[in-house]
Amino acid sequence: MFPANFDYYRAGSLAEAVDLLQKNPGAKVLAGGHSLVPAMKLRVAGPSALVDIGRIADLKGISLANGQLTIGALTTHAEVANSPLVKDNCGVLAQAAGQIGDQMIRNRGTIGGSLAHADPAADYPTVIRAVGAMITVFGPNGLRMINADSFFTDLFSTALADGEIITSVTVAAQDASTRGSYYKIPHPASGYAVVGACAIVSQADGVCSSVSVTVGGATANPVRCAGVESALIGKAANEANIAAAAAKTDESVNATMGDQYASSEYRNHLAAVAVKRALMAASA
Amino acid sequence: MSKLVGQSIKRKEDPRFVQGKGSYVANLNIAGMAHLALKRSPHAHAKIVSIDTSKAAALPGVIAVFTGQDLIDGGCGKLPCGWNVPNIKVPTRWAIQPVGDKVRHVGDTIAAVVAESRYIAQDALDLIEVEYEVLPASLGAKATVTSGIVIHDDLPDNTSYPWAIGDLPAAEAGLSAADHVVELKDLINTRLIANAMEPRAAAAQWSEMTEEMTLWTTSQNPHPIRLLLSAFTLGIPEHKLRVISPDVGGGFGSKIFHYPEEIITPWIARKLNRPVKWVATRSEASMTDSQGRDHVSTIKVGVKNDGTITAIHISTHADQGAYLSTFAPLIPTALYLTLMTGLYKVPGVYGEVWGTITNTTPVDAYRGAGRPEACYALERAIDVAARKINMDPIALRRKNFIPANEFPYQTPVALQYDSGDYHKLFDKLEEISDYNGLVAKRDAARAAGKLAGIGVVGAIEASGPAPSKVAGALGGAVGFWESAVMRVHPSGKVSLMTGSHSHGQGHETAFAQVVADELGIGVNDVDIVHGDTAKIPFGMGSYGSRSLNVGGSAIVKAGEKVRNKMLKIAAHQLEASESDLVYDRENGRVYVKGAPSKSKAFGELAFAAYTAHNLPDGLEPGMEEQSFYDPANFTFPNSAHIAYVEVDKDTGEVNLQKYYAVDDVGNVVNPMIVEGQIVGGIVQGIGQALYEHGAYDADGQPQTLTFMDYAMPKAQFFPRFEVARTVTPSPHNPLGVKGAGEMGTIAATPAVANAVMDAIAPLGVEHIELPLTPQRIWKAINKI
Repeated sequence: MFPANFDYYRAGSLAEAVDLLQKNPGAKVLAGGHSLVPAMKLRVAGPSALVDIGRIADLKGISLANGQLTIGALTTHAEVANSPLVKDNCGVLAQAAGQIGDQMIRNRGTIGGSLAHADPAADYPTVIRAVGAMITVFGPNGLRMINADSFFTDLFSTALADGEIITSVTVAAQDASTRGSYYKIPHPASGYAVVGACAIVSQADGVCSSVSVTVGGATANPVRCAGVESALIGKAANEANIAAAAAKTDESVNATMGDQYASSEYRNHLAAVAVKRALMAASA
Repeated sequence: MSKLVGQSIKRKEDPRFVQGKGSYVANLNIAGMAHLALKRSPHAHAKIVSIDTSKAAALPGVIAVFTGQDLIDGGCGKLPCGWNVPNIKVPTRWAIQPVGDKVRHVGDTIAAVVAESRYIAQDALDLIEVEYEVLPASLGAKATVTSGIVIHDDLPDNTSYPWAIGDLPAAEAGLSAADHVVELKDLINTRLIANAMEPRAAAAQWSEMTEEMTLWTTSQNPHPIRLLLSAFTLGIPEHKLRVISPDVGGGFGSKIFHYPEEIITPWIARKLNRPVKWVATRSEASMTDSQGRDHVSTIKVGVKNDGTITAIHISTHADQGAYLSTFAPLIPTALYLTLMTGLYKVPGVYGEVWGTITNTTPVDAYRGAGRPEACYALERAIDVAARKINMDPIALRRKNFIPANEFPYQTPVALQYDSGDYHKLFDKLEEISDYNGLVAKRDAARAAGKLAGIGVVGAIEASGPAPSKVAGALGGAVGFWESAVMRVHPSGKVSLMTGSHSHGQGHETAFAQVVADELGIGVNDVDIVHGDTAKIPFGMGSYGSRSLNVGGSAIVKAGEKVRNKMLKIAAHQLEASESDLVYDRENGRVYVKGAPSKSKAFGELAFAAYTAHNLPDGLEPGMEEQSFYDPANFTFPNSAHIAYVEVDKDTGEVNLQKYYAVDDVGNVVNPMIVEGQIVGGIVQGIGQALYEHGAYDADGQPQTLTFMDYAMPKAQFFPRFEVARTVTPSPHNPLGVKGAGEMGTIAATPAVANAVMDAIAPLGVEHIELPLTPQRIWKAINKI
């Protein structure tokens, strides 16, 4: 548990952070450090430098404006889990954040860090895709926004360009007709998701007017379950319809992750179970 | 009459532990201290063709790099095995494997780097170039015998020893006489990693002036380590070698043994004439600490239609890993098959075991050590038998109990159980669990379409090993007595030096309660001194739930000697005959029978012993007494546990909803500490049932070197444990106590396994191997 040598810089502003990243090829951004630092201690990661963005005030805080909920990249999992603004406007984010790791991890780990790290077993990516978030990033070419659907590109890989830093995550505030739920089957050792499913259901006139379902943990990045969604849209959110829709999970989820604890075959099975349970909870 | 024994006094050691003020080896910093890191083999089995340390040695901040040959040339010997059963072939190892030899498990040591900082030492490890000739790995407790891969040249079939006990014809006759023979074939008892909270560490300081070596090591037994270092591995004579085990953060058996780092660290400290410290990383601990269990067994139990057990036959292959750790052969022999009859009176009993060698981390004692393996095999088989004859699992067990009036009871497998009342034990269990209500709850859950199950276990332990001559007859190179020195200071305060060692058990409190009651003084008037060979008499340390049975008994014996001497002084000063005096153990004074005002207080007598102004003729001054206590027998704690689970049909996840435990650990000194031991043990046992598995892949690569993969049981996984006790005192030790440290671990694994099997039995599943992970259960219930 002894990392190799690295340089350490504390950035006072976003611009300075981006400048430091450009001047130090091989540098990594340090936010909460709860994924990066253990990897460095195991010498799985060996960045030449860390650019600590932890004190950049612009990256903190949760706000609601014009029907958009914006969460600063440095907001900790605990802050998201306990935020009345998040609970009231996108409850599933708070529910999922409350299930990440343990209390100590939730007190340090950040939403931006989790998304940038793009761990296939992480919880946020699955939820972010389901709620259709926009991820705002800042880099050498200024600000841009990336749709969550195109943000994750592979195992631990994202659409972030060199020198870019996530600044915030924005989701549309949900009204009372919309409910979301995240169902996680955790690994007993790590607490990471073996499989996690997120379902967002809007109901009108007794039927599902829109449905969004994603599954993480089975594949390199979370996948959207279009077959499940379309099977339920226009139907009543009852157990029979949900079960029939969840049975279509395998149209979208073809697990590539698999280990001694949970084979890909088992993860495929769990995906359908988790989708059903997430849909049930989101329809209750 | 006792005023402190039996009370849940809060632990005297806890204020320093909970405030982070413990004194651990890793905290030790001495001016000029250098840092040691060890190059570990990445291969399970390979010949070491060459090592080039030049780049590492050239790194700024590196002080020296050593290889195996350096230590051999410097006089270090091979690590010995301290338990030699008949016909054993002992595969040995060096502290560091030299070029030309082989590495035999991932984590085997190749080279040592000493540097000015731990970080530099770690960088240097990456610069050591090793050329290996990689060999195929031989794996599996049973499969290794026929793998055709030779790990040690003198063990062509990878078998170190055979061992057997019991009466084979009687067992075969019993199986023939049975109405049913239940067989569990190739039953696996999983390999476990102990994972003490504190990883192992060693630090050493050499005094050039006095030619004395001080070694700090995370050991459960510093004196035996000193003896092994002096006699076999390091060569520094015992009177010039001080071994200190300060605060140690858990051991669970893994810190009993003599490890290579205890040789390498002091050898380098002397070579460089600098203090040196080594602290294992968690992953290093996971690949080098001795591990537990890892049996493959076939058990046959004969049972009549009325539930009478007629025979037990066990055949086991016990994986000992790549080398024999210090006491490895003891565990699957005298601590395993001798317990194979459990709580039951069985006429036909036979057990045999082969200790086998594989390309894995060595296996030795781990909490329970042999006894959990015996209990798991037997209690699983009895559970299958109960289902086969459609008998209530408690009723079947009761049918076969050794009756309370037959103690002491000679088993057919060498042991003589000291005391017990197993019906009373199960009466209490049925009472606290509302057993009938629990059965009704299960049946109602089943009727509602759920998978619900109840698991029952009756467990026995042999704790507090053991009469030393018995240990010798069984192959032990050590005795199993314990020592105590009771030093009464002139002011009446007491230092009690014990050869036992506390690495979390709470000796500083429980032992102080015993001392205080022996003398009639306050618990805060006593300090327990342990873990330093320069301060305490030769002692055997702590393992096998022996501290209070054996170490506590030595304290009682030393206390008797102190009281006797105090009586002599009091008789002289009160001008009374000793037989007319009473030692008041509640108030710490000696008085004349019938005239309580004529008395001497404990402190007065202590002071008088040291002034020596007015002592009886011929009585030596001072007040310090010693005892070496050799136990007359093991003690035999026993327990009855019930687990209630529901299994998620869709995911295979186990939801442990209720757990009840009744344990008979004899008399109890500190109920709070005992409850902590029982509950902690239960959690560890459930860990084996549901979560833990030290797994290797087909190449011998360990798969669980971090807590990302090795699933330790966590508090949030569990319901509240309902625990209770019954008491049948041990008749052969002065406190009437039995071991409490391992009972929970022994009983909990089969209790939960039996509950899960009960839950899924309606789906036609008879047995699943440990650990009962959701995937395994899902596969079994879906016949995948």
